[in-house]
Amino acid sequence: MSSDTKMTLSERLQTVAGWPLQMFFRILDVPFRAIQKLGGIGPMPYVFLLPNLAFFGLFVVVPLFINFGFSLTGGTNLFPQDRVYVGTEQYEFLFNCENYADTTTCQEDRFWKGLFNTAIFVFFQVAFLVLFSLITALVLNRKIRARGFFRAVFFFPVLLSPVVVALIWKWILLRDGILNAFLVSLGFDKILFFVSPEWAMFWAIFVSIWAHMGFYTLILLAGLQAIPPDLYEAAEMDGTSKERVFWRITLPLLWPNMLVVIVLALIKGVQIFDEVYVLTGGGPGTATQFIVQYIYNTGFTNQVQNFGLASAASVVLGVMLFALTMMQLAATRRRDNG
Amino acid sequence: MADATANRVTVGTLLTARRGNGKLHWTDIFTYLYLGFGILLMFGPVVWLVLSSFKTPAGLLEFPPTMLPLGQISVEVEGYDDPLPVFRATLEDGTQKDLAQIRRIGIVSQMVDPANPENTYKVPISDRTPVREFRIATENYVEPLQRFNFGRYLWNSVVVTVVATAITLLINSMAAYGLSIYEFRGRNAIMLFVIGTLMIPITVILVPVYLVVTSLDMVNSLWAVILPGAATPTGVFLLRQYMLTLPRDLIEAARMDKASEWQIYWRVVLPLAMPAIAVLAIFSIMWRWNDFLWPLIVLNRSEVYTLQLGLNAFQGELDVQWHFILAMTVVTLIPVVLIFAFLQRFITTGIANSGMK
Repeated sequence: MSSDTKMTLSERLQTVAGWPLQMFFRILDVPFRAIQKLGGIGPMPYVFLLPNLAFFGLFVVVPLFINFGFSLTGGTNLFPQDRVYVGTEQYEFLFNCENYADTTTCQEDRFWKGLFNTAIFVFFQVAFLVLFSLITALVLNRKIRARGFFRAVFFFPVLLSPVVVALIWKWILLRDGILNAFLVSLGFDKILFFVSPEWAMFWAIFVSIWAHMGFYTLILLAGLQAIPPDLYEAAEMDGTSKERVFWRITLPLLWPNMLVVIVLALIKGVQIFDEVYVLTGGGPGTATQFIVQYIYNTGFTNQVQNFGLASAASVVLGVMLFALTMMQLAATRRRDNG
Repeated sequence: MADATANRVTVGTLLTARRGNGKLHWTDIFTYLYLGFGILLMFGPVVWLVLSSFKTPAGLLEFPPTMLPLGQISVEVEGYDDPLPVFRATLEDGTQKDLAQIRRIGIVSQMVDPANPENTYKVPISDRTPVREFRIATENYVEPLQRFNFGRYLWNSVVVTVVATAITLLINSMAAYGLSIYEFRGRNAIMLFVIGTLMIPITVILVPVYLVVTSLDMVNSLWAVILPGAATPTGVFLLRQYMLTLPRDLIEAARMDKASEWQIYWRVVLPLAMPAIAVLAIFSIMWRWNDFLWPLIVLNRSEVYTLQLGLNAFQGELDVQWHFILAMTVVTLIPVVLIFAFLQRFITTGIANSGMK
């Protein structure tokens, strides 16, 4: 018997799959070695960093500056040399409102409706997302059977794509869907969920909580498990009631993690697009149209692609996200410094 | 760990599980109600999707819907070209008979006895119920992959995911290696810069990245989806934190043996950093497979659609073919479910440690 046949199947697979990889790295060793011969170890870290930084530069940093420049120009051409400088006109157009409390008095009412919808969505979504993540984390932190299984049950939707999540729920919520069948069997009338603005918003919030709750639960669960058990033992010995233990021990010690979760959820919530776009299409009318969809529609789907206006709206979104990220950094620092 | 102790609990202790001094606290009852409801709410929709995806178009139209995929039986009857659907009809004299329906005129159904094709009946539609059998409509899966472009979409999704993940792993591990192994001028500045890019999500720079991609003439090519997200601050950060923990002696020893820096990177550091690379690989596969907004912007032609875009386009059509959509949704979620089933531990610890997804 040759030595090859003694290899297990997985080992053989590894050799076969690994061979091209080996060759790839070996060939790359030639130029890298040449550079090292020329300049010594000194320039090597820059060489290793170069590809990554080139990508960041090309697809993040340069665009960031172009974005701001774009927002100061008008016209429908994409390339900067064909665009006309209009100063702050795009921003003035976005912010031209007679009465900021009433979105219909704004010149660009779709933008304001988007902002307004996003505010409502974020408020309810984050509140209930954090609440249910907390409850789920508390339940999963108890001495329950098959904890790993239950953790997976609450976590798996995080990995599903937004399109899949939206289609799963759309199929349930259709006029002749299973939820309406359930309502009819209870003696109620069918509800056209995607025709009523309130129901559409409710399901947009519900579905996004369903999809993302597992992620936040996981962070809170890690926080709960970091609370020293002696504290609970001491409380139990003192005969402290469980309600009191929760309010006096668990919640204060978990609070730094809660802050991180809240801010993370805010950052994600403000950028809501995918699930809701597939679920409701922003409708009925503009009832579930959010800022990102406004940017997408303005810049990429309308007959006249208004890149300047889309950029200006992006800058507004960017400013909001920047403020939230500063909050996140503060919250993280507070947590990590105890 | 904690799971091991939980698994040792027997059914008996489960039923009497309680904390503290022996009284069943309201939180114990709440816990099990919550978990039961949780299973229903989290799994239910997915189970319903999978069950529905095996139903025939006629089965999907039924209201109220049936749980299992049932299809109406149809028979070939002499003298009729198409197979006819079978109903159980109650005749005027009260007897019940399995009849095949020839046509329906208003509220009356014209029926024929499959055994004696010369006997025809007129039955009010309220007196007949369809005869059904358990039938799995595999054509829901086969047809879109063959007749429509879904095979193509599937292929595009696989290409994007594999190529993007390979590039992501290579360039981010190189950067992490540079940032963790060497002391050099500007290291902190670069690290700060990398973390800073974390703050700029794609939603904020859609228009200018589109400009960059257009300038590179990549619109409607898969590269437009693959390249912009290849360098990820999450990846650099994750790998760097891990590589910082590797012993320095190993690297010094390799240098003594005249290994080049590139060799140290791929022969010493990469194999040791495998756990962190695996986490990044899983994340990257998830991101790419599920990506939606950016592909939606740069891929406008059907032949370059990914699965996600194909599904979205299909569900936006006027005459929505739900039997195909449901089946293709199942196809789209299969890889994710497989990865999750086998690598759950990696994913959850990766998220818990990095606080990112």
